[in-house]
Amino acid sequence: MATTISKPATLVGKGIRRQEDPRLITGTAVYVDDIKMPGMHHAAIVRSPHAAARIAGINTEAALAHPGVVAVFTGADVKNLGAVPCASSLPGLRVPHHHLLAQDRVYYTGHPVAVVVATDRYVAADAASLVEVQYDPQPAVADPEKALAAGAPAVHPQWPDNTSFTFHQEGGDTGQAFRDAEIVVKQRITSQRLIPTSIETRGVVAEWRPGEKSLTMFTSTQIPHLVRTLVAGILGMPENHLRVITPEVGGGFGSKLNVYAEEALMCYIAKEIGKPVKWVESRRENFQATIHGRGHVDYYELAAKRDGTMLGLKLKLIQDLGAYHQLLTPAIPTLSVLMMPGLYKFKSISADIIGVFTNCVPTDAYRGAGRPEATHGIERMVDILAAELHMDPAEIRFKNFVGKDEFPYATTTGLFYDSGNYALPLQNAMAQVDYAGLRQEQATARAAGKLMGIGLSTYGEICAIGPSAAMPAGGWESATVKIEPSGKVTVMTGASPHGQGEETTFAQIVADELGVDIDDVMVVHGDTAVVQYGIGTFGSRGTAVGGAALFYALQELKAKIKKFGAMLLGSDNVSLVGGSCVDDATGKSVSFAEMAVAAYHAKTLPPNTQPGLVATYFWEPPNFTFPFGAHIVVTDVDRETGRISIRRYVAVDDCGKIINPLLVAGQVHGGVAQGLGQALWEEAVYDEQGQLITGELTDYALPKASFMPLIESSHTETPSPVNPLGVKGVGEAGTIGCSPAVVNSVVDALSPLGVRHIDMPLTPQKIWKLIVQSGGLS
Amino acid sequence: MKRKISLTINGKSYTDEVEPRLLLIHYLREVAGLTGPHIGCETSICGACTVMLDGRTVKSCTMFAVQADGRQILTIEGLAADGKLDPVQEAFWNEHGLQCGFCTPGMILSSKQLLEDNPNPTDQEIRHGLEGNLCRCTGYQHIVNAVRAAAKAGA
Repeated sequence: MATTISKPATLVGKGIRRQEDPRLITGTAVYVDDIKMPGMHHAAIVRSPHAAARIAGINTEAALAHPGVVAVFTGADVKNLGAVPCASSLPGLRVPHHHLLAQDRVYYTGHPVAVVVATDRYVAADAASLVEVQYDPQPAVADPEKALAAGAPAVHPQWPDNTSFTFHQEGGDTGQAFRDAEIVVKQRITSQRLIPTSIETRGVVAEWRPGEKSLTMFTSTQIPHLVRTLVAGILGMPENHLRVITPEVGGGFGSKLNVYAEEALMCYIAKEIGKPVKWVESRRENFQATIHGRGHVDYYELAAKRDGTMLGLKLKLIQDLGAYHQLLTPAIPTLSVLMMPGLYKFKSISADIIGVFTNCVPTDAYRGAGRPEATHGIERMVDILAAELHMDPAEIRFKNFVGKDEFPYATTTGLFYDSGNYALPLQNAMAQVDYAGLRQEQATARAAGKLMGIGLSTYGEICAIGPSAAMPAGGWESATVKIEPSGKVTVMTGASPHGQGEETTFAQIVADELGVDIDDVMVVHGDTAVVQYGIGTFGSRGTAVGGAALFYALQELKAKIKKFGAMLLGSDNVSLVGGSCVDDATGKSVSFAEMAVAAYHAKTLPPNTQPGLVATYFWEPPNFTFPFGAHIVVTDVDRETGRISIRRYVAVDDCGKIINPLLVAGQVHGGVAQGLGQALWEEAVYDEQGQLITGELTDYALPKASFMPLIESSHTETPSPVNPLGVKGVGEAGTIGCSPAVVNSVVDALSPLGVRHIDMPLTPQKIWKLIVQSGGLS
Repeated sequence: MKRKISLTINGKSYTDEVEPRLLLIHYLREVAGLTGPHIGCETSICGACTVMLDGRTVKSCTMFAVQADGRQILTIEGLAADGKLDPVQEAFWNEHGLQCGFCTPGMILSSKQLLEDNPNPTDQEIRHGLEGNLCRCTGYQHIVNAVRAAAKAGA
């Protein structure tokens, strides 16, 4: 039989190469844009060139008359369909009705106004330019602080204060902390808008089958099941008549953790025209109309004793929401508040969020989603405090860490940190760079007039998102494992990955648990007609929640297997050993293949025994997990040009137990690249009129290979008690740990010039200006 | 007014009538049915559409199909000869030089070109050599490792 009997060496913990790669390195993987159907039409979307305007009229005649055009849809056609959903709820939240296409106004540059459908992609694009939209431009506001000022243009005329919500959270007695304080440091810290920029843009193919009254939608998403439920709701159709298939997904980083107007529009159009329809986002559309990340203006106040003991933290957080709420838009800054104490023993915190509408595309989850912003804030504030107190930034951190014997640790923000040894990664990183030696070298360099910086960040994060109580719509995950009649093993996971490699890590878990060869395991995901309901991949949850669900499903399956093994062996005492079931007394064994045949042929089942070998488990996590780590960045700043060179980048991360170190390293590297992107280069820039200046990759500084330093990555391994695998999650760690370490390093380099804070991105121009202004140009 | 073009892709002859404005990437993907090269930006920045034209890498999103008339093209689908992976493909697999895989076909072909031009590159030369290809997943480190490994393997 096909299944290998001999148990391979334990795979969990090994850096094996990926199961999914052969199709990806040979160009045979199938992404949305690779799907072609007979009779397939192409859609092009007409988008607003204005950030704010009334629509006085739309003339579609010329477009409709263009050869090859079959239909043009405008706001009037979809007026009565449901709205693009926001799943977050906060007290008093103002939610603008988010139509699939603009009605009488547009609210941001790139706002979809009409859809042209044609037989050919080029023809659709030609005809889109023939749609005449009469705009009556209105004043726009693109900056959240300006939007809050008196007399600012109203993004939504019904809410002239541009405020969607305010949210207050308090833990402990902040008033007392600030009265007890011997020093208070304050700083305004921004976390600029970023464009997630998955290299594959979004795309949708939708097909209507009239006989079955069913729609099939291929979409590049991180959450196929949620898209199915929510798009069915928008269209007012039964969700079991909508099948969502997520083929290969070319990156997401949170930007595909959403339900977009175009998904519902293509389903609607496929049904209207009775033909399959494809829409693939251009890069310009991706920058204008796919969610952005971050967009914070934060005002921090930190109260402390002069010995460095931190007492209390206050935050006023102004969140640039954009013009609408996408799926999780208003919830993202609440994650920042939860994370604001970092790894430190604060007695009190107080936070006020102001969610502000602007004439920009909505912000939502982008790698880290609220946690990089919070970590950047606290890690900058700790450094600012250390500088004021003339303390070493490492020393002040050691002094304030939650101790390794204090877990589970209840934070003032209402979380329970699961496990940790926060000092250890910092100690390891300091040893690795020879911290004391570096400080000496820095003193020498400074004496010689050189600008050398040493920056560190010690970050924590909220991962394995998350317990359902903390989520708008379920935080559990599901897995089905079946042994096929041939003895092969199929896994169906609701945690549909998009580059993270769960086809491999999950197969490693299965191979170890069942004792089968990894090549006999197939991991299936991203098809709502095949996979039981699931939540998806985001918030470092794939393995920490989805993998745990798989583990529990495997335990149930093993119990079933043993029943069939016992039946075949005629023994009550059997064990599973290396892909077979063994009679403990006689040593006789039967293979999975033999048991599978018995289970499916079902000729000799005892009474009341279900045939088949399948187990499904929906696992609800009891808590988040809390990875942590320390990053140290050594920089040299060129006085003449403001150029920053990264001499060392050392990352010591603790993501709990590691299943595949090769894949974990990949996640850290990629995370750091996105953190460095924010720290040094990237920024979504809107001008005063709400035009997106960084509208293409030509204008948005995505990190290139030559930009990146060598990342020296290592780990400490503190298992999480939250799940049976002991894993914590690693998808966002690099991003969260990175930006404060880089900025702390550069501020440290410039501190002899009196610089105490710099907002990101640290472009050479910005640094050079600072050097000039502080008289530091030699 | 369509024009007739004849070209060789991955060793196979193709003759088609195409509109003069048809981009090479769309010809490859939609006419020739080779969906390995991808479209990531349409402005020749990202390099996901990279193919080899007469043995040199080009970005097929900024070339017309008619410009490839009479030329030889290699796409990622043609790289593995007789089902045996090219050493660069093998190295990307071994070194985990990809995550979502979308940039990978272009990245592999650019790496191949880089190693043909410079069989023994330094890490800095690898990083500069791949500046025309963007990856948002890997932070490039494992890609650099892969190219170095492929160089060692004599790719």
